[in-house]
Amino acid sequence: MAAMTDSMIAETISIAGHGGDQIEAYTAVPSTETARGGVVVIHHMPGYDRASKEITRRFAELGYDAVCPNLYHREAPGAAPDDAAAAARAQGGVPDERLIGDVEGAAAHLRALPHSNGKVGVIGYCSGGRQSVLAACNLDLDAAVDCYGAFVVGTPPEGFPLPITGFPEQIPSLRCPLLGLFGNEDAHPSPEDVDELERLLKEAGKTYEFHRYDDAGHAFFSVDRPSYRVAAANDGWERIEAFFSTYLGGN
Amino acid sequence: MCTYATVKTALDGSAKGPDSKWFHVTDGTVYFDHPVHAMADHTLNIDFADPSRGPAARVAVELTAASARELVNAIQAALASAPAEMTA
Repeated sequence: MAAMTDSMIAETISIAGHGGDQIEAYTAVPSTETARGGVVVIHHMPGYDRASKEITRRFAELGYDAVCPNLYHREAPGAAPDDAAAAARAQGGVPDERLIGDVEGAAAHLRALPHSNGKVGVIGYCSGGRQSVLAACNLDLDAAVDCYGAFVVGTPPEGFPLPITGFPEQIPSLRCPLLGLFGNEDAHPSPEDVDELERLLKEAGKTYEFHRYDDAGHAFFSVDRPSYRVAAANDGWERIEAFFSTYLGGN
Repeated sequence: MCTYATVKTALDGSAKGPDSKWFHVTDGTVYFDHPVHAMADHTLNIDFADPSRGPAARVAVELTAASARELVNAIQAALASAPAEMTA
């Protein structure tokens, strides 16, 4: 398993994202000399915010090199996270192709770090959960975590004009083990959506591990929101720790 | 869930925004999704913005669904209370 440490270096850097664009990213790396895996953190739709940066630092504490690309950097360089999220939304949101390119760039950055063991995982929350699975279907990653991402599968409600779609046809292309964490009171993804994703994974012979929590809905990891559910979040963090230790550990 | 759905509308008016300064508003973005600050899972969010001045030129409100409907009614009532020739 990765070596836990409370000593780390956390800072804002620039990495090459989709199409070679230089984009802002927040990184946290352990101040140790041990070889370790890397984690790409995909922020939720409200943006590259304090909560996302806290999660990034937590992965460094768990012993991983972590990086969180600012998916809204192109629309709003230097803006406050909430303003950037609003500007990106008004301009149509993050195209899937660009997301994949940005995660690819973040993974390449992690693999080039001096203590990298070559393994990189990805984790995302909410819209980022969907994007985490999407990245894992299109990139060479070693582990992926989907925290309650809607529209991986599932049909948008009728008359609901969404700029994104589900991608069930891509599940057979998933390139790494998937950990899914879901709230049973969530409507998107609903327990039925989670069943459907599980069915597709099973059918395609993929390695996956799902945990579903009662008394939890959407965004139960969000410590600063009313949706926070401490029991689900604590158990979820333990599952993430064990999953990444299995698939990103080693030298 | 993130609803992703976004409704945009052109606006012509002013708003008092960052640093207590007034600015001309050209764009309205309306969506029902997670709030940044309001204590609710989802809210009706409106950004009154002037994108030409950058992402920070924005007045944001996050309203519960019920209070957003009340606001719509209040706007309609206020417009109806004025002489028709003034609101044409």
